[in-house]
Amino acid sequence: MIRTTHLPLLVTLGTFVIAFALCAWQYPAIFSTRVAANLLTDNAFLGIAAVGMTFVILSGGIDLSIGSVIAFTGVFLAVILRDTNIHPLAAFALVLVITTAFGAAMGAVIHYLEMPAFIVTLAGMFLARGAAYVLSTDSVPITHEFFSTLQDIYWKAPSGGRFRLIGGVMLLTFIIGAIVAHRTKFGQNVFAMGGGAATARLMGVPLASTTIRIYAISGGLAGLSGIVFSLYTSAGYSLATVGVELDAIAAVVIGGTLLTGGYGFVAGTFFGILIMGLIQTYIVFDGSLSSWWTKIVIGGLLFAFILLQKGLTWATRTGKRQSTGLATPS
Amino acid sequence: MPGPNSSVLKRILPQLVILGVVLLLNFIVFPDFFRIEFKNGRLFGSLIDVLNRGAPTALLCVGMTLVIATKGIDLSVGAVMAIAGATAASLVVEGHGWFTALLGALAVGGLCGLWNGVLVAVIRIQPIVATLVLMVAGRGIAQLITEGTILTFNNEGLVRLGAGTVAGIPTPIVIWVALGALATFVIRRTALGLLIEAIGVNETSSRLTGINSRVILICVYVMSGLCAALAGVIVAADIKGADANNAGLWLELDAILAVVIGGNSLLGGRFSIVASLLGALIIQSVNSVILLSGMPPEFNLVIKALLILAILVIQSPKIGHLVYMFRAASGGRNIASPTRPAASPLVPNKDK
Repeated sequence: MIRTTHLPLLVTLGTFVIAFALCAWQYPAIFSTRVAANLLTDNAFLGIAAVGMTFVILSGGIDLSIGSVIAFTGVFLAVILRDTNIHPLAAFALVLVITTAFGAAMGAVIHYLEMPAFIVTLAGMFLARGAAYVLSTDSVPITHEFFSTLQDIYWKAPSGGRFRLIGGVMLLTFIIGAIVAHRTKFGQNVFAMGGGAATARLMGVPLASTTIRIYAISGGLAGLSGIVFSLYTSAGYSLATVGVELDAIAAVVIGGTLLTGGYGFVAGTFFGILIMGLIQTYIVFDGSLSSWWTKIVIGGLLFAFILLQKGLTWATRTGKRQSTGLATPS
Repeated sequence: MPGPNSSVLKRILPQLVILGVVLLLNFIVFPDFFRIEFKNGRLFGSLIDVLNRGAPTALLCVGMTLVIATKGIDLSVGAVMAIAGATAASLVVEGHGWFTALLGALAVGGLCGLWNGVLVAVIRIQPIVATLVLMVAGRGIAQLITEGTILTFNNEGLVRLGAGTVAGIPTPIVIWVALGALATFVIRRTALGLLIEAIGVNETSSRLTGINSRVILICVYVMSGLCAALAGVIVAADIKGADANNAGLWLELDAILAVVIGGNSLLGGRFSIVASLLGALIIQSVNSVILLSGMPPEFNLVIKALLILAILVIQSPKIGHLVYMFRAASGGRNIASPTRPAASPLVPNKDK
């Protein structure tokens, strides 16, 4: 059993190593710290949001609102820094509180109204994107000097790669996320819910508070991701990060987390992000391939990993069915 | 089984009332709203515009209603629209006739639906996830067909599908009304509707009663793909070009919203295509109110979100249960059908 649950993670790792080896074989220059540093910097906002998505998917839910929440955060920061004299750090704190509360509210609606997470977060997606539009429809530049101070923080590797602050924030988020998911009581509750809400409730898992906390984490991390994105682009734009939720879901699935919930690893999501970043890097290195190949390859990978998961669950289920003698098709 | 006309009317009454209120709002902000003129062999007027602009959503929601009735969802319709539009445009550009282009687009749409259907019915992947694959990859495929450009065309036959008229009525209106009527007729005059509802309520037991759920599920997704292809051709014909990036963007959400406003439960089971179509018209009328009243269009999304939330609260199994209990407690009247018995307090969207 342990082996089957670890298999998706091993396949993800294997895919990454093989993909990286193929890239390196064709373009040896990919083996530089610059590429590694850019891989972290360019995917920082996606990675942070994907950690939140991992929690949501582990619990058997889905959160479609994160792309909009990232855009809202960016516009909110840009507008508030343009119109008031508030310090960016205070603005960060404020926006994190807003997005966390927003996520918690969605969690509460999902639990107390017993509605599918999918449709509730869809409403949240409209609401957050709409709020961003209402704040501003233009791209608002952020010119505060504190932003440039943050953007100038980096650690220069010996061969020239610049590991920036936002890449570090992503790594830290992944580490904390992994500890919370795999080493705390809350993390165990999340896994239990993903395994089956009825069982989890009978086991004494507090469903209400766990659901609300999961979506609060997802909302809060989307807010953090929005802060990182505004540092990355130095602007807030209400049309930015459309469809990031799909990228995040893809990263989580490619990272080996079961979409039905209950099995998965935060670390897997990290490698999912790296694989997606690697595809983009390869297309940049190649120069002749068009960027839409990214979407097709990611779609193909997504499909391959879903098939793999399905094969594994099917294999374990047939084992169980044979032992009980029941012919329930499912 | 569908009862006499009075029960159908009762089913769609809430939607009719909402539509009436929204149209009245339109009338208040724009007194000429209901004026329809006949100029240059074609009907003109704001009401006609609402019917015309609502065509893509209306077409999508016919297929989406059936998919949702089987407890599924089809997220890929927007991407399928882009693929179908791109196919039609590239066929016309290569010199084929408009009919070949339409057939080609429909074939591609059907193929996309078949792919989704096989993933859901045979490989048994959750519908959200199965259709997500095509949603992610679909726009890439559409760009592959248009080779990254916006393919423009000037084929009169194809343009007429989007911007022409049939007996004075804009063609898109004729198409969606005809498709809606045809689908309703086929589904309600045969046992198909009942079978689809049976699958939505409980797939395992429907299979045990002998329903070939696999084939019906695949058919439902193919139908959704065909509807999306038709919508994609109309959108492309309307702007005389296939835009792989923007054609049908976010329309899957509008279609789902239309189905939900139509009072169809996302948890599968009983459905009404007519109510969904009314839902699509309500969405378009809301857009029209926002536009005509001079409110900034930025508010469009916020209003839509609040609309969904309000409907969610009304549709929630828990609230339905409370209303049921309240009515039962106040006694006397026989309650024919509660909105939904709160039988399963668990996460309802899980497909296990």
